[in-house]
Amino acid sequence: MLGQIFQITLLNLRNLPSRLGSSSVIVVGIGGVVTVLVAILAMAAGFSATLNRAGAPDRAIVLRGGSSSAELSSTIDLQRSQYVATLDGVRLASGELYTVTDIPKRATLLPSNVVIRGVEQSAFEVRPELRIVEGRNFTTGRNELIAGRGASAQFLGIDLGATVELRQSEWTVVGIFESGGSAYESELWADLATAQSAFRRFSLISSMRVLLEGPGAIESVRGEFENNPAVDLSITSEEEFFRNQSEFLTTLITGFGYGVALIMAVGAMFAALNTMYAAVSIRTVEIATLRALGFGSAPVVISVLVESVALALIGGLLGAAVAWFGFNGYTVSTLNQGSFSQVAFDFAVSPDILITGIIWALTLGLAGGLFPALQAARMPITRALRGD
Amino acid sequence: MSIIQLNQVSRHFTKGRQKVEVLSDLDLEIEEGDFLALMGPSGSGKTTLLNLIGGLDQPTAGSVEVAGRQLVGLSSRKLAQWRSRNIGFIFQFYNLLPILSARRNVELPLLLTRLGGRQRRRNADVALAIVGLADRAGHKPGELSGGQQQRVAIARAIVADPRILVCDEPTGDLDRETADEILDLLELLNREHGKTIIMVTHDPKAATHARRTLHLDKGSLVREAA
Ligand SMILES: Nc1ncnc2c1ncn2[C@@H]1O[C@H](COP(=O)(O)OP(=O)(O)OP(=O)(O)O)[C@@H](O)[C@H]1O
Ligand SMILES: [Mg+2]
Repeated sequence: MLGQIFQITLLNLRNLPSRLGSSSVIVVGIGGVVTVLVAILAMAAGFSATLNRAGAPDRAIVLRGGSSSAELSSTIDLQRSQYVATLDGVRLASGELYTVTDIPKRATLLPSNVVIRGVEQSAFEVRPELRIVEGRNFTTGRNELIAGRGASAQFLGIDLGATVELRQSEWTVVGIFESGGSAYESELWADLATAQSAFRRFSLISSMRVLLEGPGAIESVRGEFENNPAVDLSITSEEEFFRNQSEFLTTLITGFGYGVALIMAVGAMFAALNTMYAAVSIRTVEIATLRALGFGSAPVVISVLVESVALALIGGLLGAAVAWFGFNGYTVSTLNQGSFSQVAFDFAVSPDILITGIIWALTLGLAGGLFPALQAARMPITRALRGD
Repeated sequence: MSIIQLNQVSRHFTKGRQKVEVLSDLDLEIEEGDFLALMGPSGSGKTTLLNLIGGLDQPTAGSVEVAGRQLVGLSSRKLAQWRSRNIGFIFQFYNLLPILSARRNVELPLLLTRLGGRQRRRNADVALAIVGLADRAGHKPGELSGGQQQRVAIARAIVADPRILVCDEPTGDLDRETADEILDLLELLNREHGKTIIMVTHDPKAATHARRTLHLDKGSLVREAA
């Protein structure tokens, strides 16, 4: 019995190349489903990876208000920032002004939100991964900017040496920085004091990045804030902060991806059904002959299934390859709901996502082959031999 | 003891509400080693009768005993196994698998036996030699003439050494000369190899190769020709 299944399946698989043309609907249909699924999942993965990458375990964000608040709506005065900087467990603190402005995007020329972050020297010490890769750092007291690699790529006029008007003041781009692919690369950075006066936020900051003494430090700072409700501050580890920010959009993209893939999958499955019914009916006599010779119906069912699954697998692999070569590393940007700013990120096609795509392909192949296979096996041999 | 014995066999088909009586109360006895030609007008039930003898179909009523086995009531799995051991089928349109070489086609029935790959190929080559196609073992059906394809099909029918060959218009698609060669081959298999052969044919000349001829008429009557 197993021998029979093996032999007939082998037979069918040898048949496959000659039928690849007529079976291309399955291959292309299922390939399309897999491409779309993999691309969208890779987009979600890339997005959450970019946001998560910014997070360092010993780094935390201090904001005014509850832990769910955003950097944009948080305001911290001088008194509070000094209080935070001197807390036990805080090794280093960087007070930062966070504002948003519109700049046209290179691709669409439509204005989009970009973050301008006013920082002091401590901002660089808190983020050792950040490096200036072109030009130089801004000079204190001057209207100079450094731009993240992603921001420079996305926004019109953010070029080294160029002057841009931001909120009615002129700024010169003097450097380009990288920060290991994190969300900061989508921002523009300027001197804190200069930004505060240019944007009329005198002596106010939005948030603080703090480097903590050790693993338990965040709890002790949090306890301190809770004992002192009047300061109305909260602390969130950077990892958690970015995870929260990316969660909503990742869920949205993933849900959308599965939705689109599902709709396409229904179409692809009917295509597969059709093709396999045709393939089976072309071979009605062949199958009946084998059964007349004494081959059982189980080998026939399984061999038809194996054929459709093999075709689906070819489609799935092609689709995955298209997604891989077409999208992996492809950079796009999106509005980050948490910060209302553009975040540039890469499609991250991972083995996990490819496997998900292939599993979809195999499932579709199985579903598309099952009914034709059962039909082939149930048809009376005598009728099948007459070819009707 | 006869190798094939049909008693009071009926086979009806229902097409929608219409009932088609193809065979009714048919008795037939065939001795081992016989070569029987079965003739009759189109639609008279020749193929239907052949399918019953070959274990491809079950009668509506009656008993079908072939090669010592009562076929009525056997499960389709048991029937398949029985066919692989006792019956060789030869079809009008050869029914070879186009992607397989002649040798591989002939080898097919042996896949159902316990024989190993080498032995299977050896037996297939012997069968091809018997039908005179030893030098065409590697050719695919598309590269062979109709007569040669039918020889491959005959090799396939005899490779597992069944006692009975069931042939449905084996020369129906061949020219006179080729048909005669095929019929000579069947005669040889009958005389030299002791195969019992039942052959449906429309061709009176083909029937002369058989030991005797039966006529099936109006779907029910079997009468022996003179
Ligand atoms: N599976 C079936 N369902 C319904 N009717 C059938 C079926 N098989 C055969 N018949 C009918 O039974 C009758 C006899 O068919 P059969 O194929 O046995 O004839 P035949 O003598 O072989 O004819 P031919 O010489 O044309 O091959 C025909 O009327 C045919 O339509
Ligand atoms: Mg017929």
